Amino acid sequence: MPTYFEKKQLVTPGELLAEGDYVAGENSYMEGNKIYAQRIGLADAENKKVNVVALRAFYVPKTGDIVIGTVIEVGFNGWTVDIKAPYTALLRASDVLSRPFKPQNDELSQVLNAGDLIVAKIASYDRAHDPQLTVGEPGLGKITRGQIMRVTPTKIPRVIGKKGSMISTIKQETGCQIILGVNGVVLVTGKNVEDEELAMMAIQKIEAESHTSGLTDRITQLLKEEKSKREEKKNE
Amino acid sequence: MSEKPEKLIDKKGIRLDGRKTDELRPLKLEVGVLGNADGSAYIEHGKNKIIVGVFGPREMHPKHLSQNDRMVLRCRYHMAPFSVQERKSPAPSRREVELSKVIREALEPSVFVDLYPRAGIDVFVEVLQADGGTRCAAITAASLAIADAGIPLRDLVVGCAAGKIDDTVVLDLYDAEDKLGAADVPVAIMPNLNAVTLLQMDGILTPAEFETAVSMAVEGCKKIYAIQKEALRTKYMTVKEEAEE
Repeated sequence: MPTYFEKKQLVTPGELLAEGDYVAGENSYMEGNKIYAQRIGLADAENKKVNVVALRAFYVPKTGDIVIGTVIEVGFNGWTVDIKAPYTALLRASDVLSRPFKPQNDELSQVLNAGDLIVAKIASYDRAHDPQLTVGEPGLGKITRGQIMRVTPTKIPRVIGKKGSMISTIKQETGCQIILGVNGVVLVTGKNVEDEELAMMAIQKIEAESHTSGLTDRITQLLKEEKSKREEKKNE
Repeated sequence: MSEKPEKLIDKKGIRLDGRKTDELRPLKLEVGVLGNADGSAYIEHGKNKIIVGVFGPREMHPKHLSQNDRMVLRCRYHMAPFSVQERKSPAPSRREVELSKVIREALEPSVFVDLYPRAGIDVFVEVLQADGGTRCAAITAASLAIADAGIPLRDLVVGCAAGKIDDTVVLDLYDAEDKLGAADVPVAIMPNLNAVTLLQMDGILTPAEFETAVSMAVEGCKKIYAIQKEALRTKYMTVKEEAEE
């Protein structure tokens, strides 16, 4: 019952990972008694489960996820929202208004218009139906300030770091508020544009080097260097 | 190519472009060349130059084309007006429509279409320069682009052709050999699963010759597969090395 990879080895789709007494985990599949990779990523075995941590993937909605989306259409009783997933999401008017919604009285485009960005939670989703969103919780709703950037959704856990170590480092060093949409959209809100740009630079670096080790230290170093550089410039 | 040369292959088994009978043309593959597409790849196979962009999975447009039980794969093969000696009309020709279908059907078995019902993938194949064997090169590049888009695959699909010129079965025909030769057999396979996804034949071959041609093409596919995998790896390896310096 051998495995055919070393820990954290870069594998391509279709690569044979293991044979026999194993279970296909994330991004891998079983054919006969052999396990193959589904995506390009780093292979890893956990007990008898073979996983591939994907380097390239797209977001698939999951109930309870916090996502950041763009309103693309104002409908009769709700909005259509692009959440960078294979499916567009629906946000119902009654959910936003938190009172019975009457088409005669309420003009939906005054609440949210096409192009508006929102932070929302996936209320429900299954194979047969498009995801439904909700904004009825604190911290959710229309985004009024800050900057938006996109990262590959699989790399969001890396941006968070072990027990949130990475993200709290960035927050601390830059003084920015950061909301990570599980769909790979990130909202950075800071006191000024420079702070926001610094935070975004750090996140971009994490995305590019997500599959390397010792990243938290390098990011901390980078942020400190950049900060001192900016201090110097100010003093001149 | 004005007149037919007397022989396409000489006594020593050397072809018009200097290759041996079982030799591939030089190959270059690159992944992630387009910023706007979700996945992309570029291939140079001899004088063929092909660029592929992949979008999706995304909502199907028009919506009535979506399937409730699976994801739809759409493919467009197109040759640029400047891709051949004489200007090719940019409108899709009969041949292009057929190749779009053939490429789609060669790629479809490799994609897990049942994972994302109602969604669709669009594959755009743009031939910038053509020199014979574009369908195989297009399949190789398209599969790479789909993998680059992060779409789950059973295996990468790789294509390669074999054929008959004069009386010899040879690997990887280029334009002149394709037009003047006796037969052409394009093959696409999923090497790890040992599965054939495309098999066509144009021309006349004896059963024995056909078998040699297919096994020759499969060998060619396996050689290209190694380069294909390497191209996908390279994109991430370079980042890794830079970071660890």
